[in-house]
Formats: sequence, structure tokens, C-alpha cells
Amino acid sequence: MMRPETEAALAECVRGARGPLCITGGGTRQALGNPVTGEALSVAGLSGITLYDPGALTLVAQAGTPLAEVEEALAAEGQMLPFEPMDHRAVLGTSGAPTVGGMVACNVSGPRRIQAGACRDSLIGIRFVNGAGAVIRNGGRVMKNVTGYDLVKLLAGSHGTLGVLTEVAFKVLPRPETCLALRIGGLDDAGAVAAMTVALGSPCEANGLVHLSGPAETWIRLEGFADALKVRAGKLAALLKTRCGVSAEIVEAGPARAAFEGFRDLAWAAGRPGDLWRLSVRPSDGPALAARLRAAGAGEIVFDWGGGLLWALAPEGTDLRPALAGPGHATLLRAGPETRRALGAFQPEAPAIAAISKALRARFDPRGILNPGRMG
Amino acid sequence: MDMPIPDASILTRKPQIVARLEAVLPPGAVISDPMETRAYECDGLTAYRCQPLAAVLPASTAEVAAVLRICHEEGVPVVPRGSGTSLAGGAMPTADSVILGVARLNAVLETSYDDRYIRVQTGRTNLSVTGAVEADGFFYAPDPSSQLACAIAGNIGMNSGGAHCLKYGVTTNNLLGVTLVLMDGSVVELGGAHLDAAGYDLLGVVCGSEGQLGVVTEATLRILPKPEGARPIMLGFDSNEVAGACVADIIRAGVLPVAIEFMDRPCIRACEAFVHAGYPDVEALLIVEVEGSEEEIASQLARIRAIAERHAPSELRESASAEQSALIWKGRKAAFGAMGQINDYMCLDGTIPVSALPMVLRRIEEMSAQYGLKVANVFHAGDGNMHPLILFDANQPGDLEKCEALGADILCLCVEVGGCLTGEHGVGVEKRDLMSVQFSPDDLSAQMDVKDVFDPGWLLNPAKVFPLAASETRRAGRAS
Repeated sequence: MMRPETEAALAECVRGARGPLCITGGGTRQALGNPVTGEALSVAGLSGITLYDPGALTLVAQAGTPLAEVEEALAAEGQMLPFEPMDHRAVLGTSGAPTVGGMVACNVSGPRRIQAGACRDSLIGIRFVNGAGAVIRNGGRVMKNVTGYDLVKLLAGSHGTLGVLTEVAFKVLPRPETCLALRIGGLDDAGAVAAMTVALGSPCEANGLVHLSGPAETWIRLEGFADALKVRAGKLAALLKTRCGVSAEIVEAGPARAAFEGFRDLAWAAGRPGDLWRLSVRPSDGPALAARLRAAGAGEIVFDWGGGLLWALAPEGTDLRPALAGPGHATLLRAGPETRRALGAFQPEAPAIAAISKALRARFDPRGILNPGRMG
Repeated sequence: MDMPIPDASILTRKPQIVARLEAVLPPGAVISDPMETRAYECDGLTAYRCQPLAAVLPASTAEVAAVLRICHEEGVPVVPRGSGTSLAGGAMPTADSVILGVARLNAVLETSYDDRYIRVQTGRTNLSVTGAVEADGFFYAPDPSSQLACAIAGNIGMNSGGAHCLKYGVTTNNLLGVTLVLMDGSVVELGGAHLDAAGYDLLGVVCGSEGQLGVVTEATLRILPKPEGARPIMLGFDSNEVAGACVADIIRAGVLPVAIEFMDRPCIRACEAFVHAGYPDVEALLIVEVEGSEEEIASQLARIRAIAERHAPSELRESASAEQSALIWKGRKAAFGAMGQINDYMCLDGTIPVSALPMVLRRIEEMSAQYGLKVANVFHAGDGNMHPLILFDANQPGDLEKCEALGADILCLCVEVGGCLTGEHGVGVEKRDLMSVQFSPDDLSAQMDVKDVFDPGWLLNPAKVFPLAASETRRAGRAS
């Protein structure tokens, strides 16, 4: 394994590569996407927060910096990464320390994504090494920047196929003083999505909306200053009563926080057999999709993002994509290499888009050595 | 301002090109009479003008595709145009180009409150998107100052923001999907009403690409429930440093205002003389606005007041009524008009890390003295987006050139302290030649690689964004 300690050394590794490279950080998300074989190139040696300006809400870190280190530094200043990145370790059965580079390469977000945006929305600057070994900088460390093309977005979620990230810069936000949740029991999928839709359509700023279809539990999280939060929760509970006829129980900060950490990391699916699918649709299409997924063999289904994100456990090798039947996309989050190879981890792209993606890869990685095949 | 020499073979083929365009568009949608194309000779950056070969106003995605197909076959450059409010010359034509205006594409196609999106044609103005949903309690968040006039197409082209983007983000954070017509006339859909499609974030790179990758004809936009209320507090300080420190402390205390506006003394005086908003005569003025329910507003303002008092403000005025709120905002909203009353001015658009604010203001003051031109500052302090206004006399020979030189120095200073050349206006032609201050040749090359993929012939808005020397060989490739 190559493990350079500097950006220049990393660029040298890429320039000198004679075959495919398999890019790794902490190794916790290697199982995402299509399987890749190649010589391992680790960015873990590029580690450390290079700039943190709490008054400007910006943080810059080398790509191999453990995410935990960044989160600790932010917490010490009462700040956070707004998109609440999920930890894939439990559900993928991996170990090691998730890095900020891996998180960006996979565009990893959590429940707060519905209100605060995805990882890519908080990412404001990058440095990366392209497939020719050139160091490229894009964006910067200020949150408003329209100077040239936004390659920052293009690289977020590109799974290392357009360049090896060496440094990432984020817009961060103040960490809310506290949180609480409303818990509603006994709703079916349609009823739960209706309740979550009412919450998202109200000015209450709900920022975590999850429905577990198995135990029929619906959770709505609110965050803010403690005094204002109580009032807001009361208003939302009353609104849900009037509009949906449901009664909500208020869950205090400690258990609410624990519950959402579990939802974020898919604790319910950890260690259970079967393939795990991630499907994104309009929230109003969620309940009908869930019914079709069950008909296609899916077992447990959990809704996030107010009903627009569905997680489904299915027997190994079952293709759930035909159940989509409308706008949306499905990703195979967890499956064996054979299934990922056979079904493809990502939603197939329309031919015109696939041609653009292929041409971009050819430009950024002319020798086709960066995680080849990871995204098709 | 250098522009490429117009292609003589295109100019001589004008009648044929116009005839082909007229054949695929309804009567009146092709404008080729030089008397009428004059309306398209510039955008909001009026210092640079050039009449286009023709202007077309298609009314559907199919018509846009037909126009592009013809221009592609004829090798004619196309300059997309929203409402023409660009301040960076992004929609300025060349003599051998066709202006493609989207003004007739202005319909609302679909609204879903349950899924919180609206799909519109992109000639629709920014404010009218909110207008279409506000009766039902929703709004479209990005709010550029030109929102009454500017089109969604231009907002996407420039990745526009506004005063409220500290909380709500800019266009890219509120754009869910687009219908994009490529230069060869093919139509692709990127993103949609569902979130985070897998694959490369092409939507993210199209947003902010200044009309160089394709023409966006339809857009799916995120809409949000309106907050229950909003209220500003006005804070005056005797020094820019203290005002800057107060901004940082507010943010670090966990309060997230929807807007933090900063005005310096020259700006405050000009605004006060213009609209009599009752502003104090101080070195720096902050307007901080928070939103939420009445209880939440009161609680946030109490926190801000406590922080501000630690910095001994010479003025602290919390709005107690809608009238007082309007008055506090009145001067700020009139800032550009107020400066225009006094002098001609050039409005810059650079971004800096907020922590560098006091130093940058001090340096601007020094440069202003060196050049002998006054500079007034008003900006979005929450996100570091500055708008220094350089006052000059357009009738004084040499003043414009001096003003441009000072402007370039200020923008280079922004880059030097870790900021960037443009926070919301875009590069266009205005800042094209400064790009190599911020980017290395490799950085620029990576961006131009993307253009090569979407528009291999470099026909869409070709002489913008990248320094002409840097893009020369790629642009020349189109002749072959």
C-alpha cells in the first residue's frame, strides 16, 4: 500500500502509477459502489485540520483527517457539520476511522440533510490530484464564491473516480443548544408520511423526520434554544392533532439524540442478513413505493427525509429497481461483491448523461487509473 | 476590454443564418434589425457594449433546441440571456453571436407543497417564483438584490445569492433539477424533485457555469414554509474592528441570524442623506435580522443584545414595529441608489473570510487615498461578501481607468487574504482577466475540461470566465 505523507508525494504516486489505484482513507466505506481492484493508495497520511475560523464558520482539513477529530474540534467551539454524516461502520461491518475525504467522496449525509442540505451543500473548497497527477484547487474557504466552475460539487460524491481529494473546506454551523423529538405511534406508511409532510410544511423547522414501518413509530426532531423549543414542540403537536388527528409524545433531549444517532447509522439493519437498498423519491411517492418494494420481497423498510428516502432490506440478489416505477433512484448500499457487480451499485444513467460522465472521467483521469469501475 | 475578433464568415452569412432561425421560430421571435438588436448590446455592465448578429426569443424547450441545433451546424456562438441584469457582462454579446433570451419562457409548470418544490420555466423572475407560492405560506429562498427583475435562468447561470443566504444558502443549495439543452440541441434532465441522485453532480457544476455548458430551460426549485415573523436590530459602533468582532461573537454564540448587513461611514452618510432613515453617524453600522415565532425572535434578539452590549455600541435600536423594521432596512436597501445620487460608481463583488474584515477595510481605505478615489462599503457580513463602491466621475478623462485599476487591486487583496474574486456577480467579462490571480493554469485547465465535455466546439458564451489567452487554443478548435 502506498501511504504518502504530503500532497506533493501523493501526486508523485499518481504520476508514477503503472496500473489501477484503489483509493482508501479510513477504509470504512470501501464497500460502497462497484468493487474495485488495484494497488491501494491511502490518503490517511494526509491528516490534520489546517484552518479553523469559528467566527467565519469555516473549517479546512486534509482529506485523511479522522472525522472524529473534526467533530471534536467543532464541538469544542459549539459548532457542527450541518449535514450530520452517517457512520457506515456498523451497517457495513467495517472497522477503522472514517475520514473527511471519504465522507466527501461518498457525499455522506444523515437525517438533517432534509433541512440543512447534503454534504456537498456544506462543502466550499477542495484540493485534489487528478489522474494525470496534477494538483487542482477549486472553491476556497469562503461560503459565497462564484469564481469559475463549481468543481467542488462535481467531486463530492464522485467516489474518487475524478481525482484523489487531498484537502476539503466546509461551511459549518452553530450547534443547536438542545433538541427534542415528537414520537407518534401506530401510523401506517401513508399516515406517517402525511404527518411528516405537515411538519415540513410548517414553520417549525423540523430537521429529522423518520418513520420505522416495522414497529410503526414516527419520530420528528426539533433543535434550537431550550426555551424556544418547548413552545415550538407544543405548536407542532397541536398542528399534528388538528391536521392529522394524531397524538404525539414529547421525547427529551437525551433519548431523542440517541434515537437519531441510531437512525443516522441504520442501527436497525446492522448485523442483519440481506442486501440493503437506499431509494430516493418524492416523499409523496414513498408509501406506494414501499408497498411495491414489499411485493418485490423487501422486508423491513425505514423512511427518512420526511418520506423521501427509503431504506429497504431485501433477500440477497433481489433487484428492487423495477419497483421504482417513476422518478427517483435506487442504490445498493450493502451487498456482496457478486451482487454489486451483477446489479451495479448505482442507478443506471440515461445514455446522454452516461456519455457526459464517461467523457468527464476521460478528461480528469485519462489513463483510467482512479478507482476504475467504481461508478461504472 | 479585449474580445475575440468577430468571425467574418459568420457576419457575411447573417441573412442565411437569420432565415434558418426564422424558419423554426414563430413570427417575431427572431430580431435581426440593428435598430432592435440594440436592446441586447449589453447587460447590467453598461460600460461594455456590442451589437449581436441577432437575438432570438424562443418560447419552449423544443424551440431552444431548434435554435441551438442551427447555431451548432452554422458554427455560430450563442450567448444565453436571462433578464440581462448581470453586473459582470455575462450576457454581453459579440458581433458574430446570437443572443438567446429566455424571457418568453415564464410559466409555472408544476407546484407540489407536499414535496416542497416548484417547477418553472427559467425566464420566470426570481420574485415571481415566491409570488406563485406565497399565498399558500411558502417562499423561494435565494434573494439577489435584483430579484424583482432577474430571471431564474440567470440565477442558475451565476449561482446567485442574496442577503439571506447565511441561513438559506445560494441557488445551488435550492436547485433540485434542470432541463438542459446542450449546444448540439440535445435535451438532458439533471436531478429532479427527489434528492441526491447517484452519479456525478452535473447539476452542481451547471449551476454557476455562466451559460457555458448548456441552456437551462426548466428548473425544479426547493420551496420552504415562510417563517412566522422576522425582526431586525440595528447596532452602531465607533470602529470597524469592534463591529467585525461583534459579528464573529454573534455567530460563535450559536445564534444564526438570517441576515447580517454591514455599512461603513461613507455609506451610512450617503444613505442617510438620501432616504433619512434615522441612521446614527457612526463608523460602522450592523443590521442583524432574526426570524421565527414571536417568542423565538425575542429570545434571539435578547442574546444578540447581550453580546452587542459587551462591545459598547454607540447605538442599539431594536425594532418594535413593522414601521421601525422598514425604516431600519430603508437606508440599506437604498444604498446603491444613494451612492448613485452622489457620483458615478463602480460596484465590486469580492469575498473575504469574515475574520479578515477589519484589516481589509483598513487596506481599502489606504488604497482609496493612494488613488484619490472615495470608496464606500456595504456588504453581507455574515458570509464575507463585500461590495466596495468606488466613486468616480465618468466625465473626467482617465477616471474610469483609475477606478478599474483600484477595483482590480481591491479584488486581488480579497484573494490574498483567502477570499475570492466574486461572491455573487460572476466572472463574465469583467473579472475574466483576473482569474489567473486566483487560479493556477492547472486549476483553470480542469475547469475548461468540463466545458470541453459539454460544449466541445466552445460555442456557448465562449469569451467569458476564462482569460482569453488561457482559452485561446480551445476556442480556436471550433474552426477545425
